[in-house]
Amino acid sequence: MSDTLLEVDDLRVTFPTRTGLVQAVRGVSFSLGRERLGIVGESGSGKSQTGRAIMGLTPPQAEVSARKLAFDGMDLLSISPRERRALRGNRIAMILQDPKYSLDPVMTIGRQIVETLRTHEKVSKAEARERALAMLQAVQIRDPARVFDLYPHEVSGGMGQRAMIAMMLITGPELMIADEPTSALDVTVQLDVLKILDKLVAERGMGLIFISHDLRLVSSFCDRVVVMYAGKVVEQIKASDLRDAQHPYTRGLLNCMPRIGFERHPLPVLDRKPEWAA
Amino acid sequence: MSVAENQAAAGRGSARAVAILSSLGRFLVIAVTTYLGLLAVTFFIGRVIPIDPVLAVLGDRAPTAVVERTRREMGLDLPWIEQFYLYVKAALRGDFGTSVLTTNPVMSDIRRVFPATIELATLGTLIGAVLGVPLGVLAAVKRGSLIDQIARIIGLIGYSVPIFWLGLLGLVLFYAKLQWVAFPARLDVVYEYTFTPITGFYLLDSAMQGQWDVFYDAYRHIILPAALLGYFALAYISRMTRSFMLNELAQEYIVAARAKGLSETRIIWGHALRNAAVPMVTVIALSYASLLEGSVLTETVFSWPGIGLYITNSLTNADMNAVLGGTIVIGSVFIAINLLSDLLYRLLDPRTKTG
Amino acid sequence: MTASDAGHLSRREWLLSDRPASRVQARLGRAYVAWRRFSANRLALVGLLIILALVVVAALADVLAPYSPTVGDLKNARLLAPSAAHWFGTDDLGRDIYSRIVYGSRWTLYVVILVAVIAAPIGLLVGTVAGYAGGWTDTILMRITDIFLAFPKLVLALAFVAALGPGIENAVLAIAITSWPPYARIARAETLTVRNSDYIKAVQLMGASPFRIVLRHIMPLCISSLIIRVTLDMAGIILTAAGLGFLGLGAQPPLPEWGAMIASGRRFILDQWWVAAAPGAAILIVSLGFNLLGDGLRDALDPRSGDQ
Repeated sequence: MSDTLLEVDDLRVTFPTRTGLVQAVRGVSFSLGRERLGIVGESGSGKSQTGRAIMGLTPPQAEVSARKLAFDGMDLLSISPRERRALRGNRIAMILQDPKYSLDPVMTIGRQIVETLRTHEKVSKAEARERALAMLQAVQIRDPARVFDLYPHEVSGGMGQRAMIAMMLITGPELMIADEPTSALDVTVQLDVLKILDKLVAERGMGLIFISHDLRLVSSFCDRVVVMYAGKVVEQIKASDLRDAQHPYTRGLLNCMPRIGFERHPLPVLDRKPEWAA
Repeated sequence: MSVAENQAAAGRGSARAVAILSSLGRFLVIAVTTYLGLLAVTFFIGRVIPIDPVLAVLGDRAPTAVVERTRREMGLDLPWIEQFYLYVKAALRGDFGTSVLTTNPVMSDIRRVFPATIELATLGTLIGAVLGVPLGVLAAVKRGSLIDQIARIIGLIGYSVPIFWLGLLGLVLFYAKLQWVAFPARLDVVYEYTFTPITGFYLLDSAMQGQWDVFYDAYRHIILPAALLGYFALAYISRMTRSFMLNELAQEYIVAARAKGLSETRIIWGHALRNAAVPMVTVIALSYASLLEGSVLTETVFSWPGIGLYITNSLTNADMNAVLGGTIVIGSVFIAINLLSDLLYRLLDPRTKTG
Repeated sequence: MTASDAGHLSRREWLLSDRPASRVQARLGRAYVAWRRFSANRLALVGLLIILALVVVAALADVLAPYSPTVGDLKNARLLAPSAAHWFGTDDLGRDIYSRIVYGSRWTLYVVILVAVIAAPIGLLVGTVAGYAGGWTDTILMRITDIFLAFPKLVLALAFVAALGPGIENAVLAIAITSWPPYARIARAETLTVRNSDYIKAVQLMGASPFRIVLRHIMPLCISSLIIRVTLDMAGIILTAAGLGFLGLGAQPPLPEWGAMIASGRRFILDQWWVAAAPGAAILIVSLGFNLLGDGLRDALDPRSGDQ
């Protein structure tokens, strides 16, 4: 495939702990074009660590290895930390879960957005401000000039997450990793934020990795779904084919979703078999 | 903005005004009760504990007529609560009585010696903060590394060593053996009589008058005690900075800053330290206050003519007016710094401005 | 679990059991876990060793000290430099400094124990009563605590001793008066966390008096955080006591108190530095011991506070 954006082959992330080595990610492989890929799994399945390993944000004590981890033909594991950093926030961006914690509380929203831009592009202060305001507009903030000067605690969660998206999209990245971008938000604004994200991803032709525990959300929002369990990929499937999923774990996840008009007794319980993790 | 939003904003505005007023009110209550408490304690020490407060003030060599007059002046025939009222009134005017030792009003003595203490404590805090903040930051960033271990040892010793003893050893080494610094005093005797201070801060005064020989002499006298106080400030400030920084570096916004592609330098100094700066202000203010207090010991070791030496000299001469006056002044400044740092904390942190 | 079952388990397994059969087993198990965490910290063990050594030296002072701590050989042994006969030299009155330091350990322990015994219960009482009673009692008690907390401790202790008259008992009293407020705050905070818990409600329903609840059910819970704090404060107490001794307000001659020894060595500091050096080093080592021990205890008993 010529327009493959990201190739991940046999990615492993290992943490040293007091009781020995713990593999959080154990041989994950997938590739991504300019499409929307969902990674689904329970907490502790290694989905977030997969995202962070691609970003290069794995904690220093952990070890990352892969047969191949390439972005746009570049081997991410062999380039220098400086080159890696130049990619981050510029060509690969990431949205975190909760804007309450992921925005710097003592810096105004505007300055945080401008900071991303000026880290990667040589632009004047005035131009940076203009582009930040335009970006705030693009994430459908009605009064960008006002929000620009607000501190993160002064805005709502939904507004904060839009600011986060603006901060990460302002450089026009080609790949976006969204780690549970709506889980911390009120249900009422989740959909708004998702729509904004969806629209921007489509308009700009970006690749998106959408990490979530919510299979239904992922299946309605993404083109393809990777299901992870205990650090491994148990199934890769097109979102539209999800109903025909083969793996019992995926089926288990699917069965957990309530459907109107169906009997819910007894409540299905997720099966977890050790051999899936083997 | 819609009408509803405007009204909401107006509501927020008045709610904010109420919040500011009530926190100001609370601040005043705290300030007033704390000062009254300080005066109550010194009143207790000066009037209640001694069997005869007059003798405690005048010493036992005073003639009977003076003793009788002082007894009336001090209002010792009045009920205690009335005595306390008069005591507070006098203290608010800055009237702490007369020093037996110098025969001056205590307040004018203190006014004369206080700048020396301020100069020393300020320089000490500056040294401590300028070295302590970066040391704490580096220790937190390179956790478990050599520099972290060094910072830990510096801190542990700083918390464990008697300041006056370290001062004496410093004199042996830097004055007697190496002759890097001048003998314990504020200026050489030659300058003591030719130099006319303006503000009472000799480094500043001599620089302002262009008397660089005096400046150099003042520097040679102040540097050892200031470095000593600076070390104690450094121990405290670096330890607290490290702890604040570790806390900040574990936050999610640091991950976000890395995801933006910022350099580590920018993340540490521009984001983590900016967040840690707010509690740091309190820490530096508190260390300043504790250096003022510690002056009692340092000034004795270095014959530094500040309020600490004034108090200890008065102690050995049983000059209770001077001791308690000095206690009240140091206590007042100490309390004021405590309260102001608390207020400053609220002002600096954007999170406490609203809501 | 019967006794014969327990016999099959190793002692370690018995201690670490997650289903303790008795209260004693549960307590011992928790103590064992805390000890393992504590003893994994080498510096904390060093601190413990220093403090144990201090206690041993104080107890065996009569055996360990070769000379009298108070009577010296004025004629032949004034201001001698350290030697085989006088390890740390002699002072201006011809007294062996090593012997004086050995005996001085008793005064250090005396000060530290007395201050802890006076200040900690005051703080515990004020804090638990304020926390349990709430309302105005709480407001007033905590205001008083905060007022004391805002005072400069050393200067206030100084003024107290100035009025009470110099002496080691008065120094202890002055330090105790200025050091209880932090204990009150800790005890209050702990009380607030348990005050509304179900088991306190249960005790209330059984008709226990507030006095009994505070004494039997709340105070014991505050003890462990209080012990940590008191241990961490010990170094400060020693330093303050030594400072008062140095200013001539603490122990009076000829008591071999370390701070006072530094003060008497001050006159000869430039020529006979050892007179002041040795007692200062003793203070430094013991304070360091308490600081290391306190840090270790905090990390072992209160893992939440983590590494500060």
